[in-house]
Order: sequence, then C-alpha cells, then structure tokens
Amino acid sequence: MVFEKDLNLYATELRLGLPGSSEESIRISNKRALPDMNDDSGVAAAKKCDQETAPPTKAQVVGWPPIRSYRKNSLQTKKTEAETGGMYVKVSMDGAPYLRKIDLKVYKGYPELFKAMEDMFKFKVGKYSEREGYNGSEFVPTYEDKDGDWMLVGDVPWEMFINACKRLRIVRGSEARGLGCVV
Amino acid sequence: MNYFPDEVVEHVFDFITSHKDRNSVSLVCKSWYKIERYSRQRVFIGNCYSITPQRLIARFPGLKSLTLKGKPHFADFNLVPHDWGGFVDPWIKALAKSRIGLEELRLKRMVVSDDSLELLSKSFPNFKSLVLVSCEGFTTDGVAAIAANCRFLRELDLQENEVEDHRGHWLSCFPESCTSLVSLNFACLKGEINLASLERLVARSPNLKSLRLNRMVPLDTLQKLLMRAPQLVDLGIGSYVDDPSSEVFSKLKTVIQLCNSIRSLSGFLEVAPCCMSAIYPICENLTFLNLSYAPGLQGNDLTKLVQHCRKLQRLWILDCIGDKGLGVVASTCKELQELRVFPSDPFDAGNAAVTEEGLVLISSGCPKLNSLLYFCHQMTNAALITVAKNCTNFIRFRLCILDPVKADPVTNQPLDEGFGAIVRSNKSLKRLSLSGLLTDQVFLYIGMYAKKLEMLSIAFAGDSNKGMLYVLNGCKKLRKLEIRDCPFGDVALLEDMGKYETMRSLWMSSCEVTLGACKILAKKMPSLNLEIINESEQLEFSLDDRLLVDKMYLYRTLVGHRKDKPEYVLLL
Repeated sequence: MVFEKDLNLYATELRLGLPGSSEESIRISNKRALPDMNDDSGVAAAKKCDQETAPPTKAQVVGWPPIRSYRKNSLQTKKTEAETGGMYVKVSMDGAPYLRKIDLKVYKGYPELFKAMEDMFKFKVGKYSEREGYNGSEFVPTYEDKDGDWMLVGDVPWEMFINACKRLRIVRGSEARGLGCVV
Repeated sequence: MNYFPDEVVEHVFDFITSHKDRNSVSLVCKSWYKIERYSRQRVFIGNCYSITPQRLIARFPGLKSLTLKGKPHFADFNLVPHDWGGFVDPWIKALAKSRIGLEELRLKRMVVSDDSLELLSKSFPNFKSLVLVSCEGFTTDGVAAIAANCRFLRELDLQENEVEDHRGHWLSCFPESCTSLVSLNFACLKGEINLASLERLVARSPNLKSLRLNRMVPLDTLQKLLMRAPQLVDLGIGSYVDDPSSEVFSKLKTVIQLCNSIRSLSGFLEVAPCCMSAIYPICENLTFLNLSYAPGLQGNDLTKLVQHCRKLQRLWILDCIGDKGLGVVASTCKELQELRVFPSDPFDAGNAAVTEEGLVLISSGCPKLNSLLYFCHQMTNAALITVAKNCTNFIRFRLCILDPVKADPVTNQPLDEGFGAIVRSNKSLKRLSLSGLLTDQVFLYIGMYAKKLEMLSIAFAGDSNKGMLYVLNGCKKLRKLEIRDCPFGDVALLEDMGKYETMRSLWMSSCEVTLGACKILAKKMPSLNLEIINESEQLEFSLDDRLLVDKMYLYRTLVGHRKDKPEYVLLL
C-alpha cells in the first residue's frame, strides 16, 4: 500500500486543542499524560512515572477506569447511601401529638441514641440494668423488631439492634411495667 | 457432489450447532447453502449495522433465535454519545411483519423502547426468551408488556440495564396461567415490587431454575421464596439484612439447607455481614460466586465465605478482598477457571486493595485459570512473568491498572516484558486488554506471539505507528480492535486497508488519525462504514483534511450507510 510517508503531516496538523499546546515535544506525551500531569519533554518522561508530581486531586479521564457505567453508578449510589442515606425509623411517644424520625446510623451506641431521644421528646430515660430494665423513670424505650415483636431497647449489641429495629416507641407509665420497669 | 437427499443433509446439519461451523457449511456449495439456510434456527449478528433485518428474514425463514449487538464496546465507558444508534425497533418491526416465529431474542448494548417490547410481546405467540444486557431506553412498562403477553415465557433476564422504574406492577402482570418460567432475573431494577405477587409467581413456576432478585426484596421474602423453590440452581439475593437472632433468620437457615441444587450465587445488594454464616452450607457446591455488587462485605467476610467454596470455577469479587484474601482463594479454589476482581473505589487510589501479589498467588494456586479481569493499583514485570510461567491456558486476559500510564513500580520500566511473557506462553489467548506504561515493544510481542488473538483493547500505550502495525500485521485472527489515546495515526491506519474486511470493527479515539486519511480509507473500501463521531460544536467537516479526528468507528457491512445516524456522526 503506497502512502506518502514524507508529507510530514505533523508539522502542518491542526489539533482540536488550546493554542500554544506544545508541538515541539515528543508527540506522544501530550496524549498520554493525564490532563493535569506535568509534561516533561523527552522520551524519558514516558519512563518516569513520578508519583510526586501527580496532582492531589486527579482529574478524571473520561471513560477511565474502564468499568461499565451501570456498575459505576451502582457503587456510587451505595457509597452515597452508606454516607448519607441513613437508617431512618419512626419514633413515637405515648401522648405526643405526632411522631418523629431519627437516623439510627448517626449514633454510635445506646447512650447517644437515648440522649437524642431525650432531647427530642423532653423526657429522661431511666438507668438500664439487665435484670430490671429501666429504673427511675416512667418512660421506657422500646422497639419493634423484624418479627413484629415489641422489645426492650438495650438488651442486644448495638449493631444487631440497628439492623433489627423497625420503629421506636417510648412507652409511658403503667404500660411500662410489663417490660420489667421499676418505677 | 451431493449423493444424499436434502433431508439427510439437513439431518446431518442438525448436529452442527456453532455459528462458525454453520457459516462455513453454507459456503461449500449452492445446494448446501440452500439446505443450511432453511434449517437454520439460531443467528448471531455481532454488529446490528452489518446487515438489515429484511435480508436476515429473507435468508433464514426458519429463524427462531436472534442475538444482536449494537453499540461498540467502548460505549460501556461513556465514550459513545447518547443516541448514537443501536436501535432494536426496526428489527422487531420487520420481524413482526414477517412470518418468522421468533422465540428468543438476546440483545446487548442496544436501545430498546417500551413500544418495541410491547410489539415484541404481541407479535410472536411462541416467544420464550428475552435477554437484555447493558441495554437502555425502556421502562418497567415495557417489562410489564412482556410479562402480560408472552404466554409461554420461559426466560426474562435483565442484566445491568438502565431501566426507568415506574414502580408499576410489572410483576403482577404475569397472568395466573403463566407457569412456564425457568429463569427470572430482575436484579437491575431499582424499584419496589409486589412481594406477594412474587411469592405467588414463584409458587406456580415448578420449572424455575434461576432467580435473581433486586434490592427491594427483603430477607423474609427470600426465605419464603426458597421454601417454594428449593430446586433453584442459580440464586441472586437482593437484600440480605436481618437480626441473626430473629425467627425469620433461623427459618432461612433451615430452608437454605434444603436448597442443595444451588450452584450459582450472586447479589447481596444490601447485606449485613453477620448474616453470612447462613450461606455456608450451600458454598460447598457452588461453581459460580458473584459478590461484585456487594460492597457491604469487607475483606474478612469475603475470605471467610470463600474458604467454604472449594468447588468454585468462577469468582467475581471486589478488590476489598485484598491480596491476602486472594491468597485464601488460591489455596481453596483449585478448580478456579475465571476470576474477576473489580475496584470497590474506582477513583480513590488511596487503599492499595489488590496488587500484583494477589495475582501471583492466584496464578500459582489455580492451575486451571483461563479467564481473568483484574483491576489493581500496580503491576510489575516480574509478577507478570511469574503469572505467565504458572498459567498457560489463558483465553481471556484483561488487566487494568487504575493509573493508566503506570510503570513497574519496582524497576520504573514499562510493562512490555510482562505482557510479552503473557502472550508468549498463552498460545490460546483470544482476548487481551492492556494497561500501564507500554511502548511499541509490547505490540511487537503481541504481533509475534498472539496468533489466536481475536479482540484487543489498548489505552494510553505505544510510541508510534509501528505499534499498531505490528498488531495489524501479526494478529491474523483479529476481529475487534479498540484503541484510545495512543499515538497511532494515518500511516498505521492506511497500511493494509483490506485487513479491515476480515475484522468486525476498529475503534480509534483520541489518536492521531486525520480526516484526510479517513476519507481515503472510506473511498477505497466501500464494504466498510467509517463513522466519525464529533461531539464538540465543531466546524464543518469539509474544512480541513489535516484535522485530527476525535473518534472513529470503522466496521464492515453488507448494506452500506445506515439511515439512522445522529447529526454528530459523519459517514464518509
């Protein structure tokens, strides 16, 4: 196949790029570098992959890494959900005119959860003991689990609790006695 | 010379099932061509623009099963703009008008509309199987039409499609009389479904072998479904979150033990690691495990699970398994043939999740390995050379180093020698994807040794036209070549234009091909379509032949220019 190899097209080529982008350096380097990596001229540049000159925020090259959009989007949503989605459950208190919602993911354990509930509903949770439940308050925190049963908050490990809890209810007064509360 | 009556020859052809063989058979003589075309039931079209539906229908009146692929592969990575093409509508319309008794349709990377799905569902009374992979353009309304109208539906398999979810009741559209389902995969749908309908559907589908659920199916429904379908062979779990001490969970543990036909497990789209122990009893028999959509599982959880999977042949997993975890895979899964390791965090090079070490461990522990897709943060020549020594059976080898031009971190050399070793020792290699810092040398090796290579993907590699020429000249079996961001230009493109008639397609983007060269190629080769995709609000194309072309897609065709191209595509 005959094709004029000495037309020296490169000298006359037009590029769809910014004016002044280097013509004199090895033609590869422009293309190969990531958009904001330093471009030292010379073949040696290609061989030196200098991590230190890589910018702190890497510009994302279109279509790289080669992962299907569907997969990328899935992972992104899961990430953002993990970060911002949260586990919202309804919280009701006997006698309160309306319910509230709280995000269980925000709390690291029972003490934080109780503090938030106390602030929200202006009450105080009693002192917890395994044998006696909550002592010293007419309010008892309970939750509905995945089986539909109403359970006392605090018996199981925190992780297990947040996975099992479908909603919260702050039970008050006489009803509370059935849950092992000593008023 | 044909000494046998046609019926006998036809009967012999019944035993010839592969597309390649049937194609060859049809070329022997006129008589065989005729017999073959009347008896052909399954047709595979790798590029929907290489032929028209009308010609397909004319040649194969007995067509029952059609596979179509639309957009080029790099469309997966957002390199092909929206509305480029790949519409299935004209195909379905043409088939519907004809006498073809279509039973099976498999589409990949095509644009599918609800109207098309509805027409499909109403036009073929014996329609049995719909498989959509990486398609787009439809909603759950279209899915509902399929459910409602295909009375003998056996397979509805939606894989990784972008589907607009109207939260309708598509699942409830399966009539009570539909009892023929063998395979149902709706894992990619995002919306809620009617759980009671799902339970009833599974209960009345005694032949159901494959069921893949979406995230909206909770664990307690899963338990009920498994009760109804303990015969499942392939299970995709949606949501897998519960309190391990709950009654539902203990029911699940019991019922899973009855599901001893399960060989393939996937999903876990939402997962509580503490629940994974219930799965261990079925791990013994698994041959395929896909946890690549389960970011809720950490390295430890994955490792613990994999230790039970001694019969695993295919494993798809996230890189949070780590090199150590891969070591566990290597020592446990001696039957492993295919491994895919996906990045859990594609844009954060922070935690080096898997490196060359994991791959080396796998190569030494899994002698049957023949297919690899490996995303990692770094790779060394030494590791690749070791892998090449350990594994000589690779058919597919795809390595993706997340930093596209990264050299061997130990020696600072390009990875030419490493990949060279891979192609030299794996003589059956059909598919190869390269990454990392690479010079023309790697292409010299590929041209020399990769004699069976059919598909090659290159990015950010090479120094000059020589690289591409080595490949074009050496790889005689090459069918698909896709290149991005490489310094390959006109000289390489035009050296052997006839070669492209032996290939399905060539993609070149952000390379150094000029408009002038494209014009020359298009003029010389009328049997090829050359498309230039130019999205920027650019100038008229006639402007200057020296203009570098941003994206070029070249493919062979029997039917000339396509009529459905968008404005930003120039067909030369």
